[in-house]
Amino acid sequence: MSRLSELFAARRSLGEIALLPYLTAGYPDPASCIELFKAMLQAGADGFEIGVAFSDPMADGLTQQRTNQRALEHGATLHTALDAARAIRREAATAPIMFMSYYNPLLAFGEAEFCGAAVDAGADAVIVPDLPPEESEPLRAACSAAGLDYIFLLGPTSTPERIRMVGRLASGFIYCVSLVGVTGARRNLSSDLPDFLARVRAATSVPLVLGFGISRPEHVQAVREQVDGVIVASALADIIESAAPEDRIGAVAERVRELRAAASNEPVSA
Amino acid sequence: MSSVPRPASPQPATVSPHSNAATAAGRFGAYGGQFVPEVLMPAVLELDRAFEAAWNDPSFHQQLDELSRSYVGRPTPLYRAGRLSDKVGLDVYLKREDLAHTGAHKINNALGQALLALRLGKRRIIAETGAGQHGVATATVCAMLGLDAVVYMGELDIERQAPNVYRMKLLGAEVRPVGSGTRTLKDAVNEAIRDWVSNVDTSHYMLGSAVGPHPYPLMVRQFQSVIGHEARKQVLEMAGRLPDYALACVGGGSNAIGLFHGFIDDPGVQLIGVEAAGRGMELGHHAATLVAGTPGVLHGARSYVLQDQHGQIADTHSISAGLDYPGVGPEHSYLKDSGRARYVAIRDEAALQAFRDLCLLEGIIPALESSHAIAYLPQVAAEAPGALVVVNLSGRGDKDVGSYAKATGEQLAQSVS
Repeated sequence: MSRLSELFAARRSLGEIALLPYLTAGYPDPASCIELFKAMLQAGADGFEIGVAFSDPMADGLTQQRTNQRALEHGATLHTALDAARAIRREAATAPIMFMSYYNPLLAFGEAEFCGAAVDAGADAVIVPDLPPEESEPLRAACSAAGLDYIFLLGPTSTPERIRMVGRLASGFIYCVSLVGVTGARRNLSSDLPDFLARVRAATSVPLVLGFGISRPEHVQAVREQVDGVIVASALADIIESAAPEDRIGAVAERVRELRAAASNEPVSA
Repeated sequence: MSSVPRPASPQPATVSPHSNAATAAGRFGAYGGQFVPEVLMPAVLELDRAFEAAWNDPSFHQQLDELSRSYVGRPTPLYRAGRLSDKVGLDVYLKREDLAHTGAHKINNALGQALLALRLGKRRIIAETGAGQHGVATATVCAMLGLDAVVYMGELDIERQAPNVYRMKLLGAEVRPVGSGTRTLKDAVNEAIRDWVSNVDTSHYMLGSAVGPHPYPLMVRQFQSVIGHEARKQVLEMAGRLPDYALACVGGGSNAIGLFHGFIDDPGVQLIGVEAAGRGMELGHHAATLVAGTPGVLHGARSYVLQDQHGQIADTHSISAGLDYPGVGPEHSYLKDSGRARYVAIRDEAALQAFRDLCLLEGIIPALESSHAIAYLPQVAAEAPGALVVVNLSGRGDKDVGSYAKATGEQLAQSVS
């Protein structure tokens, strides 16, 4: 069994869901980024999505545009993301690690070369937000050859045919985009989210992980019955951005503990 | 590996007789495709079907042709530029897209897409603009058809194309400044895509060049190929033969692909696309994507891209805002690799000189974009003295007089003294 399947099965057996925080590799700087990943692990994160910085992140809102920009100013490349994966893997043998990258940096690195390097660094899966199923065959073949899960995305606009197609092809999990829009923290969840998740759930038994706009413990509580895990990204970057450098780790760990409690249906301590 | 069903490819056989423009799954050879977030895929597929249906519907063409005639002013003239011909030692004909309503070829595409948006029932139009010509064309057709227009424009471009910003506002469009990245066309496209991702149910993205995910490169080319079809007919009438060369500037490449398609099946006509060499050919100082770029994926399509070794999109520079873009249409990438067209680059100062030359020799103020094509004529003459050349004068340069004055150290207010 893969690390991802083991994680989802273990959490499910306890009536809990997985918490998978995201950070852009190299943000706020390469060393602090790795410290933040380690602190989140201690605070209850189950695994991570590691972002590969890109100059033109067209599916991202302002928060992640800034994290990408900051990371690039610190010289971040795909190697920075591989370094972060290795650092996490040294600390945690079983935590799933996913890379999130726009397609062009992967093409420049070489798809097969990237997949091989990702596996060597301890990664489990790859997510590419600008690569729809129709264009994914070369990268899926490279992932499959290297032993990585290729993660498909579905959104509220996905038609029944597309949901069925992805359900048939998916492995690892399906990344459900919670809203029609770009990444970024939101106050409220989209009102048609339960219906969207129910449509996907009915079409496939592959685990579902929800991302985009998942910011608060109450969001996690609200979707706990419908998904196997959540990805929290911009809300954490917003905390990193607004905290004083010496308070960052504590503030992020605090939010991760709250989210962990919500994902495990424990009372959230104030 | 399980296969993913692909959308039916659009109708190249019926739309276009040009067999070299292969469009299986929106592909031009290895280029093109649909590299967009899943949330946009249904909209992109819907647009593909709607365009195909419209293009095969005689009533759509009737409406488009009538407005092209009575509103845009088509056909635009082909003009034999006698004094320019004498100076460069060629027989030069200018296709006067600068005389189309709003002063550039951009309206051909804006009008076609606006009529398509009406068929889709989408009354909110999103657009990006570099030089402002596509933004003005968008604002214009939206005013005429009663649609809402939101135009994204980089802050740097807002500074250097101020007259067009005001024109868009006068025409009722909302201009949204884009301060991210290089604050130019590339970033305006990013922001327009983000708007589209967020409002896809109500909004049509009126992409202004032959770039982006399928069906845009095909659709924009079809709406712009009126340029080439008219020019071919006109040059046959006026010169009695086909040209030796067809020349156009290339940013994203919409005016060039429109001109080229009039002559693409005439093997005796050499097709030349002129990109912006900016301050020189070091990465970051130019926008010559086909001359100096490598294949990659940007803004929804596989095509040549200006990028560093890590796949980060490079900064660009051109004095011409409309050419200042690190990507290019996928069909141009295909034409480059196949050898059917060739691509060259012209520096800022040569474009400025050509701008002035056309003012003084022909009484035409050309857009700085189009000036790049004019600037390449001496090199054509060196290769083929006396050759018959059709140049697409894609836009007029009223918007650029401030940039010209600044570049040459003059001030607009003082220049009369």
